Amino acid sequence: MDLVVSLARQLKDSLRDLAPVVLVMAFFQLVVIRQPLPDSLALMDLALGLVFVVLGLTLFIKGLELGLFPLGENLARAFVKKGSITWLLVFAFALGLGSTVAEPALIAIAARAAEVVAQGGLIDNSVSAQNSFAFALRMVVAASVGLAVVIGVVRIFKGWPLHLMIIAGYVLVLLLTLLAPAEMVGIAYDSGGVTTSTITVPLVTALGVGLASSIKGRSPMLDGFGLIALASVMPIIFVLIFGIVGIHLIPGVDP
Amino acid sequence: MTLITTFWGTLLDILPIAAIVFGFQYLVIRKPVKRLPQVLVGFLMVWVGLSFFLVGLEQALFPMGELMATQLTNHDFLPSLTEGAQRHWSDYYWVYIFAFAIGASTTIAEPSLIAVSLKAGEISGGTIDPLMLRIAVALGMAFGITLGTWRIVMGWPLQWFVFAAYLLVIVQTLRSPRSIIPLAFDSGGVTTSTITVPIIAALGLGLATEIPGRSPVMDGFGMIALACLFPIITVMGYAQIAQWRATRTRSANDLPSCKASG
Repeated sequence: MDLVVSLARQLKDSLRDLAPVVLVMAFFQLVVIRQPLPDSLALMDLALGLVFVVLGLTLFIKGLELGLFPLGENLARAFVKKGSITWLLVFAFALGLGSTVAEPALIAIAARAAEVVAQGGLIDNSVSAQNSFAFALRMVVAASVGLAVVIGVVRIFKGWPLHLMIIAGYVLVLLLTLLAPAEMVGIAYDSGGVTTSTITVPLVTALGVGLASSIKGRSPMLDGFGLIALASVMPIIFVLIFGIVGIHLIPGVDP
Repeated sequence: MTLITTFWGTLLDILPIAAIVFGFQYLVIRKPVKRLPQVLVGFLMVWVGLSFFLVGLEQALFPMGELMATQLTNHDFLPSLTEGAQRHWSDYYWVYIFAFAIGASTTIAEPSLIAVSLKAGEISGGTIDPLMLRIAVALGMAFGITLGTWRIVMGWPLQWFVFAAYLLVIVQTLRSPRSIIPLAFDSGGVTTSTITVPIIAALGLGLATEIPGRSPVMDGFGMIALACLFPIITVMGYAQIAQWRATRTRSANDLPSCKASG
């Protein structure tokens, strides 16, 4: 019964959250563009799609509160209690790597990136060279996210200030940008944004907050956040380095 | 058909993560999961919810967003041009307005941002209002996307914009309350996931195709990067305003008590 009440409340919030998108689209369609919709977009389908979006968002957010959040936090506490840092770091790496490798946004961007570098003459303009480049790029990004979560967990233990680490990362990005081939710069910057998926973010946040609240002397607000931030900067650095030295290490892609 | 494919696709997304989490729980920690039935119901809801959400996006929001992006960037829609004249960047004003409005409104509905703001509201003990946090992120995101479209129109290098934004982030970091900094940096990373990326990608692609001298492959990149940086700046701004207001009310409250005692 409690579940039904809280679902209903969440449903109301979801409606409120989606109202702005619908209003913006309706305004532009009716006031600015003023063109009839193409036949492929039936109004009924659009309405049904919106119902799906609202229901889906409601279930997803409630599911996070019931499942992912408590699981992540309890796991973090259990690791601290067990006192095995090595296993915790192995877990952190696996979580970062595992959630990024199969990320659809990353697969899409890697394929497009392969086209760009092939056009720019950095790699051979063949399908096989493009495929191995796209695969290598995905692995580089996934490994960098894994490493970022590991460094982030070490940071929580040591209490290092996040902003100094991020600023150091920015300086590195700046220097590497000057050295990297022009085609790789846009790809590298964007790869930082696509890595954090809808399922990873809540789990990683719960892990960080859980760790910070169970380690003595750490505040969840000051130390618990920051894992996602590191996971967004690290891929930029790694992809730029990959663009400078790594491309020619992949067998059979050189033009 | 799409319903089944999407359910299957989301399952493939969730399974590796669930395998890692439950694997470590049972093989390394070796303790049963607390409230296992509730956690399993939660996972089921996340799976079903995310699948429905994606199917709905594919059916309603993405086709609408892409249609509008191509319509707004199409040369038929722009103000008519006298023979041989160069197009001015301000001719694309509806594109900028659309970029801002769609950037802000999709960010408000972004599930991972909702998740992070719920956590932030919970552990800050009420000093951070989750909805205000999301509005701050949405404004930053909207500004970043608008700047991204303007950059494509002007054809200026992405690096200039990114480095200028880095500089602003660093200046803001030095002046903000320390407790907001990690959260602000995190909000930069969570904004661009499910809803926003496909719609702004369509907008960037439409612009780069329509403007002479821009290559859709090269210039389409870069919107996401800018969209990630500006939320950091606005979230810190939100914290500065909140702090300033708190100190102002405190000093206003102090005054009468001083009088009374004096």
